[in-house]
Amino acid sequence: MKKITLPLSDQDARTLQAGDEVLLTGTLYTARDAAHKRICELLAAGSPLPFELEGATLYFVGPTPAQPGRPVGSAGPTTSTRMDAFSPTLIAHGLRGMIGKGDRSPAVVEAMKAHGCVYFAATGGAGALIARCIKSSELVAWEDLGTEAIRRMEVEDLPAVVAIDCEGKNLYHTGPAAWAQG
Amino acid sequence: MRTIHSDAIVSAVAEICQEAAFRLPADVRRALEEARGTEKSPLGLSILGQITENADLAERERVPMCQDTGVAVYFVELGNQVHIEGLGLAEALAEGTLQGYTEGYLRMSIVKDPLFERVNSKTNGPPVVHVELVPGDRLRITLAPKGGGSENMSAMAMLKPLVGKEGVADFVVETVRRAGGNACPPIIVGLGLGGNFERAPYLAKKALLRKLGSVHPDPRYAAFERELLEKVNATGVGPQGLGGRTTALAVHIEAAPCHIASLPVAVNLNCHAARHASVEL
Repeated sequence: MKKITLPLSDQDARTLQAGDEVLLTGTLYTARDAAHKRICELLAAGSPLPFELEGATLYFVGPTPAQPGRPVGSAGPTTSTRMDAFSPTLIAHGLRGMIGKGDRSPAVVEAMKAHGCVYFAATGGAGALIARCIKSSELVAWEDLGTEAIRRMEVEDLPAVVAIDCEGKNLYHTGPAAWAQG
Repeated sequence: MRTIHSDAIVSAVAEICQEAAFRLPADVRRALEEARGTEKSPLGLSILGQITENADLAERERVPMCQDTGVAVYFVELGNQVHIEGLGLAEALAEGTLQGYTEGYLRMSIVKDPLFERVNSKTNGPPVVHVELVPGDRLRITLAPKGGGSENMSAMAMLKPLVGKEGVADFVVETVRRAGGNACPPIIVGLGLGGNFERAPYLAKKALLRKLGSVHPDPRYAAFERELLEKVNATGVGPQGLGGRTTALAVHIEAAPCHIASLPVAVNLNCHAARHASVEL
């Protein structure tokens, strides 16, 4: 297990290899497809974003409501393909890390290679376990999106695996190929 | 006739909504534990460990095991000697869902319209309700909340009858392979065969309710389930689609008679958080 600090340094991003199991500690932002769409609209209009995208890591998550006394509810990753249409634009504008589940499109992987971005897989359906790693959660923008709003989270030792690295090596392809039988 | 007041239905449903979200059924928990004994991929093992730890944590702390607390899907067995007083059955299930999802801090995940008004209904309703009329004076309600990840990767096809078992197996394996990590493997594969265009997916979903470890009563289908499970696990998709031997915990089949020209096939995938809870009134 490698301990990695967020926001990711350019060097960390370029050193991580597909298959590395990591524990992530530091600041990330949450966004799902609705928020991605709005970010892209702001970027197209040249308007400022509600958070600093350069070097940031986005977690694709829509948590359950927080129970009293807890910073956040259950908070596992959602399927990343819904962000595929938007991710290349965000990556070109400095996004350095993404956390989600499931394979990405060739266009996303090309953008990751071109700009140095890493895609981490968190365990889908491990929402309670991951929530325990989230120390705080604060609304940043677009409260109207409810669970899909952008939040800033401080996380500690969030378990993930490098699914696609900066060189485009993809564990969603190499993993199953290595374990296929017959 | 036996009279059941809708208040009893509402409170019972509110209770099972929360139980389903917090407590992984014992048969699923056991199957995951068994998978930890057979999985060879180190990363796969690590992921299976996270999944079982997550289930324990969710139950102990009463936190939803997955943030996608799903569409509330109800399978209702309504005795023909039951009279429901107060709200109608559909309204009572919707009200119970709203109460359960509110009290349990579960995520409301339904939008009002699929196309024009994708705005959260904030009630997690209306639920999906399947009612079966049965003899007797009991009312049995089973809730199977279903997340979007695995539901989105499910598939249906009207195959030519002559493709037979091989054609069905190819369709199942291709569906699982295409789903990859999106369906949150290890999955449970519900396979609905026969019926007609709308019946097959219903059968597939119903097949997901069968207890893991149980054997199909028809030996031909029992053998086909084992064969399909081997084929699915030979894909190497593995836990979370990142490679390994445990792609599925089980394949369950529900079959029904069908038209001479048809072979309807539906594959409903369920993530490892295969939640369900029942109550009988």
